[in-house]
Amino acid sequence: MRRSRNSARLVALAGLLLGCAHAGVLPDDRFDVLYHHYNGGGMNIQGPSILVRKKIGDHVSLAGNYYVDNITGHIDSISGASVDAVSGASSYHEERKQESLSIDVLQGKTTYSAGYITGNENDYWARTAFASISEDMFGDLTTISFGFTRGWDKVGKVGQTATSPLERRNWQLGLSQVLTRNLLLGLNFETSESEGLLNNPYRMVRYLDPQSLNGRGFTLQPEQYPHTRTGNAGSGQLKYYLPWHAALAGNYRYYSDTWGIVGHTFELGYTQPLFGSWTLDTHARYYRQTHADFYSDLFPYASAQNFMARDRELATFKNLTLGFGATWEFHPTRLSWLQKSTLNLHWDRMRIQYGDYREAWLSGLIPGTEPLYTLNANVVQFFLSGWF
Amino acid sequence: MKFLSRCLFLLAVAVAPALPTSMDLIRAGAPAPQFQLNSNSGKPLSLADLKGRIVLVNFWASWCGPCRKEMPLLEQLNRQYRSKGVTLVGVNVEPDSAAATDWLKATPVSFPILFDVDSKVSKLYQVEGMPNTVILDRKGNVRYIHRGYSAGAENEYMDQIRALIRE
Amino acid sequence: MTHRPAKTAAAALLAAAGVLALTACSPIQPWVKPYEREHLADPIMSFSRDPVSATYLDHVYESREGARGATGTVGGGCGCN
Repeated sequence: MRRSRNSARLVALAGLLLGCAHAGVLPDDRFDVLYHHYNGGGMNIQGPSILVRKKIGDHVSLAGNYYVDNITGHIDSISGASVDAVSGASSYHEERKQESLSIDVLQGKTTYSAGYITGNENDYWARTAFASISEDMFGDLTTISFGFTRGWDKVGKVGQTATSPLERRNWQLGLSQVLTRNLLLGLNFETSESEGLLNNPYRMVRYLDPQSLNGRGFTLQPEQYPHTRTGNAGSGQLKYYLPWHAALAGNYRYYSDTWGIVGHTFELGYTQPLFGSWTLDTHARYYRQTHADFYSDLFPYASAQNFMARDRELATFKNLTLGFGATWEFHPTRLSWLQKSTLNLHWDRMRIQYGDYREAWLSGLIPGTEPLYTLNANVVQFFLSGWF
Repeated sequence: MKFLSRCLFLLAVAVAPALPTSMDLIRAGAPAPQFQLNSNSGKPLSLADLKGRIVLVNFWASWCGPCRKEMPLLEQLNRQYRSKGVTLVGVNVEPDSAAATDWLKATPVSFPILFDVDSKVSKLYQVEGMPNTVILDRKGNVRYIHRGYSAGAENEYMDQIRALIRE
Repeated sequence: MTHRPAKTAAAALLAAAGVLALTACSPIQPWVKPYEREHLADPIMSFSRDPVSATYLDHVYESREGARGATGTVGGGCGCN
């Protein structure tokens, strides 16, 4: 079960379908067939993502997306969770399917959007509904948008029929502003609230225990999370057109929540069209965060705190990602209904260095002295897009 | 943060009145401003040359989706009405005409295309949306202005042209 | 506390936009004319050229990081219609 990934995926998808809404002009009709592949830390996740978007008349655009994650990984023998940590433990396979539908309605300078997403796997069921309004103003130099996302999830556990609810509420505010002929500004604010069973039913924390049964010097106990989480994120993005026909992008995002996590994201990107039909992209992203208040790699004794977590996602770490992409544009003459097509390949290399998450699966070491974990992952995307 | 919002508010209030109001030079009944631009035939074309004819001036760009959508419909309009005293003129607003010329090779039109490379005519005609269509009567006065393009607009152009023909 | 900075910044932005929108007596003249937007209309200038790919990558990050949100942007600069 991929807890946080489920909600993350849903919100990201809402962003995809939501973000396509553009006041004044509806998004282009298109289809995208993407194959994604993630490989890192003993975890392999791959699958398709297919999107089709079509206008109905001149004022309505419909979009549908089908997404699958085929996950092959290892159950971490220490924490018992499906963590992508290298270990000699049992491997498992899991599949998650997500389907969504969205509609954009354009009236003058206002675009109304709404959509529904469902996500299912063997121990997690998610339902999300979202709606937004976006409006062009000031001679179409400014676009303001408001959005609301509501989610109803059921968190289960393999082997039991009972499920626990999880409710999500997100509010989004966006501003897109043309600054000069060559410069665009984007500002985004988002508040996300979650309530319910927020932890992973399989994952454990560890505490120092000289009499531990496994002889390793520590014992496991289930993690305990608060029942609510409220986070705020604010980001600013600039896009600049370079005179030799290229684009430079810069982005910063600040995040903080009621769990004590503070995250900073910095990203730089460069896009260069070449030889008429090729476009090359490169980007570097640096993310760093401080750990949640109730996070610890090793607690001093059993039930040391009301809330305890050992989830890597809540630890202190730095994530540096470097990516390259190539796009080839072609125009298939035999298919007259297809205006334009692109073939794309993107490769991202991610490296996360943890400041307080240790390789607890290594034996023969005093607990708390194991080396800090570093995750290296490769993310590949290969996709075909067509505009009609 | 409260300080910041107060600053923004004061800035907005201070700046707003200082901004210039729009002067409607282009309005129904006013004489259309004169201009002369190079055309795709190689020879310059001026508005004065078209006096006595009903003129539909369409401002467009190859990068503008609705503009591209409108062009074939304008071509149909041109074929239907040019023998009835109507001239269509396309004014391309791009500083670099290469993209427009390439697009016209793929989607040719039979009415003249003028190149407003330094945006003088766009400014003169107060182009506020893309595309922008201005219909002039035989006396050279502005009669109808269309900002943007939406499906069915070409029918409105036809109705308006027919009304001007009957005058 | 933690939600105040983002919320007040958002409120400030809304206030500014609201005031500017209400200045009916002298509407703001766009300083970039519609016919000057060829660069902004170029696909390379869009915040998200391939939404399916951008969404997927955002999801890869969100599954491994604590931060979430504020990743989508609406709009661009075509100036059409």
